[in-house]
Amino acid sequence: MEERATKVLLEEPQTLFLAPLSRPALGSVGKTGTWRTMRPVVILDKCTGCKICWLYCPENTIFMRDDGKVRIDYEYCKGCGVCANVCPFDAIEMVPEG
Amino acid sequence: MVVNIRKLPDRYYIMPGNAACPGCPETMGLRYIKMALGDNVVLVIPAGCSSVIQGIAPRSGINFPILNIVFAAAASAASGLKAAFEAQGKDVHVVVWAGDGGTGDIGFQALSGAAERDEDIIYICVDNEAYMNTGIQRSSLTPYGAWTTTTWTGKKEHKKNIPYILISHGVKYVATASVGYPTDFIEKLQRAAKIRGFRYIHLLAPCPIGWRFDPGLTAKVAQLAVQTGLFPLYEYINGVFRLSPIAKKYKDPKKRKPVIEYLKLQGRYKHLLNKPDEVKKIEEYIENLWHLIDALEKTFTAEGGKGEAIYRSL
Ligand SMILES: Cc1ncc(C[n+]2csc(CCOP(=O)(O)OP(=O)(O)O)c2C)c(N)n1
Ligand code: SF4
Ligand code: SF4
Ligand code: SF4
Ligand SMILES: [Mg+2]
Repeated sequence: MEERATKVLLEEPQTLFLAPLSRPALGSVGKTGTWRTMRPVVILDKCTGCKICWLYCPENTIFMRDDGKVRIDYEYCKGCGVCANVCPFDAIEMVPEG
Repeated sequence: MVVNIRKLPDRYYIMPGNAACPGCPETMGLRYIKMALGDNVVLVIPAGCSSVIQGIAPRSGINFPILNIVFAAAASAASGLKAAFEAQGKDVHVVVWAGDGGTGDIGFQALSGAAERDEDIIYICVDNEAYMNTGIQRSSLTPYGAWTTTTWTGKKEHKKNIPYILISHGVKYVATASVGYPTDFIEKLQRAAKIRGFRYIHLLAPCPIGWRFDPGLTAKVAQLAVQTGLFPLYEYINGVFRLSPIAKKYKDPKKRKPVIEYLKLQGRYKHLLNKPDEVKKIEEYIENLWHLIDALEKTFTAEGGKGEAIYRSL
């Protein structure tokens, strides 16, 4: 009995996956951009590409553009405003949605 | 070892479109784990906001292999997972990611047991100072004076000092960190990763929902906790205690910001802002905390600069 258990663990790991597994995916609760009441807007002239906003963004919705500045994924950005508060160059402005 | 932001991996560690509230400190912290440790990480998560943040099956909003587990079993399940990986010859970081309730109250016996057995795991307490997932009830890590739905005139007891209790277990590594200082947290994770045995990191995670502040201020509140002296940042490695370089200066009370600056940003302290006696109790708590830090510094030193050498070598 015990031998069998060890065998299952070591040689047939796939038999352990009896329960359905979730996989990492975008939008596990939908397009969270619709939650936003305020929209972060990058003022490109001021952005130095320092990546501080990228480091702090809780949603992983800030990306580097080819020119080294940042862009925001509005499909999922929840509009928290963390990026605007941490930017040392005041290069992100929060403007009301809609 | 200094962390260069530009060299950190830029990948989806938190999947956009997850269920966390705007400005969530837990999703911030989760991103830093993989920035520091890479992909070779398995998370063990007991009940809490991070169970819910994952979203609705079959999708998950957290890009890690995760074992979701009951409160009481997080540290023991992680011990077993590590043993199983070892039996398979796999070198994997098994990381527990548990809330303050899951760490200081409900999961404490398993945590204490795993620490005493010196299990080869990293245990991170993501401390938002209450049971947030079930609607902001007090935990033993809720601080004095804070409003919660079960302490609606303000909590009467002080915060339980879990990192200190873990130092008392004599484990290999204990550190405190704050989501306000991500590079410090990443550095600590990287140092912890180089050590074998039980490692504990206490991560302060200000929650805009439960602490009642503007969600844009998560990082700022997390920084103020350190700058007011309320949350000292330190490391304890193999019996040597050291204040973290960015937080060393707050040892001097004159360099600390007035604690009221921290309290007034948070609705959970609204009722005590014009009660000087109550604010004084929090100031006294800070004083006492630093007496303890002083004692730890004096107790856990290494002769002849060996202490610094230990930190530099990792
Ligand atoms: C044994 C048990 N008791 C109570 C609960 C209900 N419960 C689920 S999450 C939670 C709060 C967890 O608080 P904490 O560990 O601080 O994590 P947070 O939600 O704040 O991230 C509680 C009480 C449970 N799931 N299991
Ligand atoms: S923090 Fe400000 S300056 Fe730095 S990359 Fe972001 S927007 Fe640009
Ligand atoms: S508003 Fe919040 S979610 Fe949106 S990009 Fe800024 S930090 Fe990220
Ligand atoms: S309640 Fe707080 S910790 Fe929980 S998901 Fe919301 S912001 Fe994050
Ligand atoms: Mg909590």
